[in-house]
Amino acid sequence: MDRFANLLESVIFSPSKNKKISLLIKFLKQTSDPDRGYAIAALTGKLNFEYIKSNDLKNLAKKKVDPYLFDLSYDYVGDMAETISLIWPGVKKGKLPSLEEFVSFISNNEKQRGLTYLSDILDKSNQTERWSIVKLLTGGLRIGLSEKTTKIALSQYGNKEIERIEKIWHGLNPPYLNLFAWLDGIKPEPKIDHLKIFHPMMLSNPIDEKNDFVKIDAVNFVAEWKWDGVRVQVILDNGKTTIFSRNGDNISHSFPDLDFNSKVGVVLDGELLVGKNCKPGSFNELQQRLNRKKVSKKYTELYPAFIKLYDILFYDRKDMRNFPFVERRNVLERWYELNVQKKLDLSEFIKFKNWKEIRQIKHNFTELREGYEGLMLKKKTSFYVSGRPKGLWYKWKRNPKHVDAILMYAQRGHGKRSSYYSDFTFGVWNNGNLVPIGKAYSGFTNEELNKLDKFVRTNTINKYGPVREVKKEIVFEVAFDSVSKSKRHKSGIALRFPRISRIRWDKPANEVQGLEEILDRIRIEN
Amino acid sequence: MKILDHKLRIIPLDIHIDPIRPVDKAIITHAHADHARPGNKKVLATKETIEIMKLRYGNNCAGSFQAIKYAEKIGIDGVSITLYPAGHILGSSQVLLEKSGYKTLITGDYKTIFDKTNTPFELIKCNTLITEATFGLPIFQHPNSDLEIKKLITSVIYNIHRCHLVGVYSLGKAQRVINLLRENGYTETVYIHSSLQKICQFYQENGVNLGKLKKTGDEKNENFNGKIILCPPSALRDRWSRRFKDRILCQASGWMAIKQRVKQSLIEVPLIISDHSDWNELTNTIKETGAENIWVTHGREDGLVYWSKSMGLNAQPLSIQGREEKDN
Repeated sequence: MDRFANLLESVIFSPSKNKKISLLIKFLKQTSDPDRGYAIAALTGKLNFEYIKSNDLKNLAKKKVDPYLFDLSYDYVGDMAETISLIWPGVKKGKLPSLEEFVSFISNNEKQRGLTYLSDILDKSNQTERWSIVKLLTGGLRIGLSEKTTKIALSQYGNKEIERIEKIWHGLNPPYLNLFAWLDGIKPEPKIDHLKIFHPMMLSNPIDEKNDFVKIDAVNFVAEWKWDGVRVQVILDNGKTTIFSRNGDNISHSFPDLDFNSKVGVVLDGELLVGKNCKPGSFNELQQRLNRKKVSKKYTELYPAFIKLYDILFYDRKDMRNFPFVERRNVLERWYELNVQKKLDLSEFIKFKNWKEIRQIKHNFTELREGYEGLMLKKKTSFYVSGRPKGLWYKWKRNPKHVDAILMYAQRGHGKRSSYYSDFTFGVWNNGNLVPIGKAYSGFTNEELNKLDKFVRTNTINKYGPVREVKKEIVFEVAFDSVSKSKRHKSGIALRFPRISRIRWDKPANEVQGLEEILDRIRIEN
Repeated sequence: MKILDHKLRIIPLDIHIDPIRPVDKAIITHAHADHARPGNKKVLATKETIEIMKLRYGNNCAGSFQAIKYAEKIGIDGVSITLYPAGHILGSSQVLLEKSGYKTLITGDYKTIFDKTNTPFELIKCNTLITEATFGLPIFQHPNSDLEIKKLITSVIYNIHRCHLVGVYSLGKAQRVINLLRENGYTETVYIHSSLQKICQFYQENGVNLGKLKKTGDEKNENFNGKIILCPPSALRDRWSRRFKDRILCQASGWMAIKQRVKQSLIEVPLIISDHSDWNELTNTIKETGAENIWVTHGREDGLVYWSKSMGLNAQPLSIQGREEKDN
């Protein structure tokens, strides 16, 4: 327990990712089973305590210290674990239970017994230990260690490829004894039931039109439309349909209208869309169906969901991921024909002979019509690799739109950029005043950043806390995907995914287009 | 009868304590910028406070100065004024006002724990106490500062190929940290940002042991690996610090007790070293002065007012406009 506390503290005080990884590896080497497995579960948010909730911890602390002073302190600190750990009167140092003893006692005893036990342990702990114990119980560690980084540490610890860990991860359970036995070379890779778990998805990279097309050959690729829905993984097994989001969250309960049949167990990859007769509606219509715990019949009829299938990962329980894409696609098509059902559709291929032709097709659809977000290019031989492997799948979005805007405010960046003013707010003229239309952090080179940083420091006219208002002299050419209405911005509009495409050192600020002219030119999306 | 108003003005004498705007007559408890401002006509303070003010603001930062020693009593029109050590920084003082046997004490910023860089805090019995409350919540219980400074020394030993940049307030905290390093056996040269130099020199002239110091700008291309460098907190992440390759950011402050704050400011070695009283010192002092009226100012007033009332004392918050939370 004390070792776990030290791990959390040293990780939260390490801004560097590599340092965090090496701290975690060191911990895994020094800690035995099952404690290290429970630690991994805590770090990846896999520990859930049924009986003790955040509110119980607050009430426990309020029995130890004055409740009013506790509330003032919590209000000031804003974090339950920090507040309790700092305010709890440490009585005297004593021996703490192991992580396993602690977790199993708290999990297996009803609330009151658990709290009495916990209170005694908090009495014996030092401040860092108390902090880590409360963090463990409340979840959401906020120590700057992502699940991905934790897996990287595991893969380096056991000298196994991270892909292999990713593949079995969702089939493993705390305290991960079989995982560590494999990582330590004692036992073979854990066997898991692939029709019970989420499989991390394969994602695409944006195509670099200038550099990528010269390197890749059109005959090796197929093209599909890029649908603006929700990417999902669908598992059909023994008459049961399970739907996972891209992050592995089970979202089946939100879509009771998606209930499919399959003669064999399959894992499918597709896009969840909303619309009648498998015709996609707007993203806005889709949003009516998202994040709803209970779905009324009215909604399923008004906004019927369906799935466009892209890929198949398992067929008849067999892992297809190490087959080339076109072979998987053949299997998918055959399965689809044998299992035709109302709310399932197949993503169609777009025929083309060369890059010139597909470029023309893309232009015709995305620039001249509505409702086409772009297209996907998939290498025919690509295996299904989780994450964003390079060179296999490309997304080719419709061209960004551009607008010139004037730098108004700057703020310091984070991490490596914390000594630079690198977060910029920009605006356009509206009846003689500048109104902000967006914020961007990216799109400039390091050299440009140096120049901008210097400009901000020497041309500040006002300071509002961390924000600096600068002289209105620098013009950015801002690229963005679309414009939508916004109540938050004074200008009434918000840019989707804005980034700085160019700094127009030459352009005077008073020559920038006004808001009205921009809105004449660019359509606002719902 | 009231002797003091809510702006800390001694009513019968029209003398302000730590005025925010220039006044005719001022008593300055200590030389930190949120207490000592330039432009007053007459200033009464300890010799050290006056000299530090002159170092920071120039010799003409007040019309005239009057230096008094700790415990030296001055009587004006039936009110007597005495300064007592506050233990906060060099020259820092509490102000005791006496009229017809009634005692009113203004603590200024203070701490009661041992600190070799200034005269130790002296507990004064009084009827009305005006106390600071920078760390006026029970979450603030400062750990032992020797143990904290040993964290820094240990980190230097384990990271001999990197340099440690320590953010410290230039007056008081910087010298306290250096002195703690020396008291705990660190004998290497300590490097300082040029803005710390004058005050460090002044402390040394006043007999505080700071050992060997060197400005970072003194030599070009100096190798700072394995060294400790002190600078103001604002310089930690500013252009100045970019010259130090592979730096470990540290900060010495009472706020470092809160881990999320440490994480947000990208500090790797937080040192919980404060020149202000923590919750226990504040509440003990209130008890031990025997005061029945408590005014609470400078910080988290609510908690201390609540606590005082629960002890059966009269207590009220005193909000002084223009004070800001300072980074120490």
